[in-house]
Amino acid sequence: MYEIRIHSRGGQGGVTAARLLALAAFRDGKHATACPFYGAERRGAPVVSFVRIDDHPIRVYSQIRSPDLVVVLDSSVMETVDVLQGLKEDGTVLINATHGTDVGGYRTYSIDLTGIALRENLVVAGSPILNTPVLGALAKMGIVSVESVTSAISEMFSDERNVKAARAAFQELVI
Amino acid sequence: MLTIATGNKAVAAAVREIKPDVVAAYPITPQTEIVEQIAEYVTSGELDSRYIPVESEHSAMAACIGASVTGARSFTATSSHGLFYMHEMVNWAAGGRLPIVMANVNRALGPGWNVWAEHTDSLQERDTGWLQVYVSTVQEAYDATLMAFRIAEHHDVLLPVMINLDGFTLSHIMQSLETVDPGDFVPPINLPHAIDTASPRGYGTLTGPNDYFRFRWDMERSMRDSVAVIRETEDEFARRFGRRYGFTENYRCEDADVVVVSMGTLGKEAEVAVDQLRREGMKAGAMRLRWLRPFPDLDLSDRDVVVIDRDYSFGFGGVLAQSLKAKCGVDPFSVIAGLGGQEVTYDDIASFVRDRRIGEEHWFGVSD
Repeated sequence: MYEIRIHSRGGQGGVTAARLLALAAFRDGKHATACPFYGAERRGAPVVSFVRIDDHPIRVYSQIRSPDLVVVLDSSVMETVDVLQGLKEDGTVLINATHGTDVGGYRTYSIDLTGIALRENLVVAGSPILNTPVLGALAKMGIVSVESVTSAISEMFSDERNVKAARAAFQELVI
Repeated sequence: MLTIATGNKAVAAAVREIKPDVVAAYPITPQTEIVEQIAEYVTSGELDSRYIPVESEHSAMAACIGASVTGARSFTATSSHGLFYMHEMVNWAAGGRLPIVMANVNRALGPGWNVWAEHTDSLQERDTGWLQVYVSTVQEAYDATLMAFRIAEHHDVLLPVMINLDGFTLSHIMQSLETVDPGDFVPPINLPHAIDTASPRGYGTLTGPNDYFRFRWDMERSMRDSVAVIRETEDEFARRFGRRYGFTENYRCEDADVVVVSMGTLGKEAEVAVDQLRREGMKAGAMRLRWLRPFPDLDLSDRDVVVIDRDYSFGFGGVLAQSLKAKCGVDPFSVIAGLGGQEVTYDDIASFVRDRRIGEEHWFGVSD
């Protein structure tokens, strides 16, 4: 089972990113579950969502304690939240950042998702939407296939800009 | 069609297939998505139902009762405080022998204000005459909703059915969902005592002790008869759609020396705990109680029983633990866990089994 924890702020699309990722994994023929941790969240507050991907049906409902991958959609949450908590020794980190960041010795990938969202004019209520671009980065990392990402995004959003943003992220992320 | 959905969306999708004549509901966290989605189906024309956006849950159930009395198929959904607000009408629906179907998204009771999973809300309605089923996956939420209408409307039953799903843990998780075309699996509703102006009758009139007593006994007879109807419905569902359910879901119980009994999503998490315990050499099993009313006959003799209650009856004990004591004659290790959405992992469940103290009660995280 591959377990992913997504850190973001309320309104940035972390919960939708989890749902999209599960849907893409499901389109890849895997079993997947996506569950947001609902606290007293409000716009701007740090939020966490979880995705599990496996070849077998998933029976675990509790929160992910030791993820294989941590995704940080807003690096400023790292000032107050220990995003690396429980991350497996051979775990991976994906960060939305304008420049390469080294995080605690883990294999870390950085990509400017905010820049991509702004370039594609994916902005809702003043916030750049990161949930569709991040799917492109995750596809590049091999978590899901790029075909499934495209079909998952098209299933949930009719706006073509979302797919374009995911494709841009897929191309930009350096592996 | 194979898709991916939340527990709430699965319930709404099942309601869309069954096409109730009337949906009357009031939104409440974490049920909101069910009624939002149904309202969307009605607005888009995908579902030809009369949607009544009422001003309270009491009115929601009252509207369902009014519709149902005319012979219309009706549905509502609620949660915790909404369920309590409609409590009077919940009794009225069952006493009126109205086959209303309701989804209850299990949520804790305030205060303190808490929107997360707990079973005490629906368990407080256990003596109302409603059938109650507890589900554990998105697929099961969908399937149970389809079956609920057929069971409730069966002439041997004519009692309302409540489908219970864990708030957030199931209502908001996304899992795979296979939707089906139910075809004639749920036949058209035909309420034998529907209001008919050609044949005027009294409804809910003052009833003396003798007749009242007979009505109550008749409810209990139907509750007992519902056992066969549930079996027949679940068998037919398995034949048509390939997924089999029962009063319980038993996992590795055959040769088990110790069985974990629970309801809802904890029952799935318990299966993972059982696999872990089996690897350690312990013969453990998991039994997930699906139907709480009617309460099934369970064989739990000659083995240790660990019961996890996501509920509590103050001054009495865990409702499930006490029910098993009374109905099955077992003396379990009673674990109270998961109240108000408390996190309970498979590791925790495995430790309940390893450290079981038969005959005792344990509040997870707060008592030793």
